[in-house]
Amino acid sequence: MLLIPCPWCGPRPENEFRYGGQAGLTRPAASADDATWSAYLYLRNNPKGRHQERWRHQPGCGRFFNCERDTVTDRISNTSKIGPR
Amino acid sequence: MGDSTRFSFLSLLRHGAGKVWDRQWRDAHPKASYGVVIVGAGGHGLATAYYLAMEHGIRDIAVLDKGWLGGGNTGRNTTIIRSNYLQPESAALYEHALKLWETLSQTLNYNVMYSPRGVLMLAHTHHDEQVFKRHVHANRLQGIDNEWLTLAQAKAFCPPLDVSPGVRYPVQGAALQRRGGVARHDAVAWGYARAASAMGVDIIQNCAVTGISRGADGAVTGVETTKGPIATGRIGVVTAGHTSVVMAMAGVRMPLESFPLQALVSEPVKPVLPCVVMSNTVHAYISQSDKGELVIGGGTDVYTSYSQAGGLPVTRETLAAICELFPSFRRLKMLRNWGGIVDTTPDRSPIIGLTPVPGLFVNCGWGTGGFKATPGSGQIFAATLARGEPHPIAAPFSLDRFLSGRMINEEAAAAVAH
Repeated sequence: MLLIPCPWCGPRPENEFRYGGQAGLTRPAASADDATWSAYLYLRNNPKGRHQERWRHQPGCGRFFNCERDTVTDRISNTSKIGPR
Repeated sequence: MGDSTRFSFLSLLRHGAGKVWDRQWRDAHPKASYGVVIVGAGGHGLATAYYLAMEHGIRDIAVLDKGWLGGGNTGRNTTIIRSNYLQPESAALYEHALKLWETLSQTLNYNVMYSPRGVLMLAHTHHDEQVFKRHVHANRLQGIDNEWLTLAQAKAFCPPLDVSPGVRYPVQGAALQRRGGVARHDAVAWGYARAASAMGVDIIQNCAVTGISRGADGAVTGVETTKGPIATGRIGVVTAGHTSVVMAMAGVRMPLESFPLQALVSEPVKPVLPCVVMSNTVHAYISQSDKGELVIGGGTDVYTSYSQAGGLPVTRETLAAICELFPSFRRLKMLRNWGGIVDTTPDRSPIIGLTPVPGLFVNCGWGTGGFKATPGSGQIFAATLARGEPHPIAAPFSLDRFLSGRMINEEAAAAVAH
């Protein structure tokens, strides 16, 4: 069981959260070509090692946040609020 | 060397008289170059090498594995075999594999212990019932056996199942594929390895691929490994959960995410469970091995990971589901649990075929249910590698369907249960 530090609520057990997938994906313009849309929708880094991802503290504050986790050890090195771009 | 041993009643008798069994395949060292290099010595990779040698006359093949033969998902799955998928493309693929399973022990002269004991898929809700009946009808139109059982028929087919109305999700009926069942996972890897090795295929264990070399034209020229460089013009990547990692060595991003999928076995008991039972709604599936252990699996973990362990919340949920379906199993102790890393695609269907890199082929994305497809996957991937164009059954499963939008959605057939 992961202990995930929610940037708003503090450390909470894994089953309070919903995994939100790879972070930092930017939605392309509607006029973008098929390859750009395909990459946005389907292609993922899926690295073995450090992974930038999003989680949502579903029954807690309900907010999304950023997380850096090692996918080999599952150790979380950092979580942060999603700020203005 | 084991190449010349042909198993028969007579050879068993001779061994009974004290002859020691030979090693069944050669543990080879890599040559400087090969016609084809298969990355990954699991069931799919070894089957690919076998069919390349057997059906296409290509015998200058190396099968590389970073660990030991069959030590990844081949040795970690719950060995369920069935072909009752919804879409015609998938039904063709999995039924092709199921037909090969039926004669595989004879084909390989190696007992893979294929046991068509029936796969029972439980419906707990009105929606389940509608979905499964749709599958039954679709399968029957495709010529694939699948039938609907009433509650009483399901109970008769699987006596330990609790069908009382008082549980949280009462069973309402079930879909049954009688030709579905299980096989011995290790034997599948060993059988293909033995047969491929006898035809001259080099199986190289503890040899991790660390890079993919490419020429000026972009085509592959070889692989870098922990046992030195190997030159080749054709590479087949069959590395399941690690496909994204290997494909990144050639600069190809994949539509894959890798999740841990857990399984566990109980202490061995006398025969209590006559078939495979699966439930999508309560998230669990179970069968009994020939050793007597109950083999149990559930859904994947919720986050991507390469740790072959998985989280305890998923284990608990899976066991809770089993205890509800089979109250008589509640006192059984669990002996072992483990995780395998499965590569899931957005449409829950595999990717078999060519890639944007000339000479680089991929067979991946089997997600939570690749074992059942092993023989069919190996055969059509071998044909694809040999001819340089997709086998007709593999064609719909091309990588570029994520560009064209021609998905093969099997979320209903594959979301949980495998």
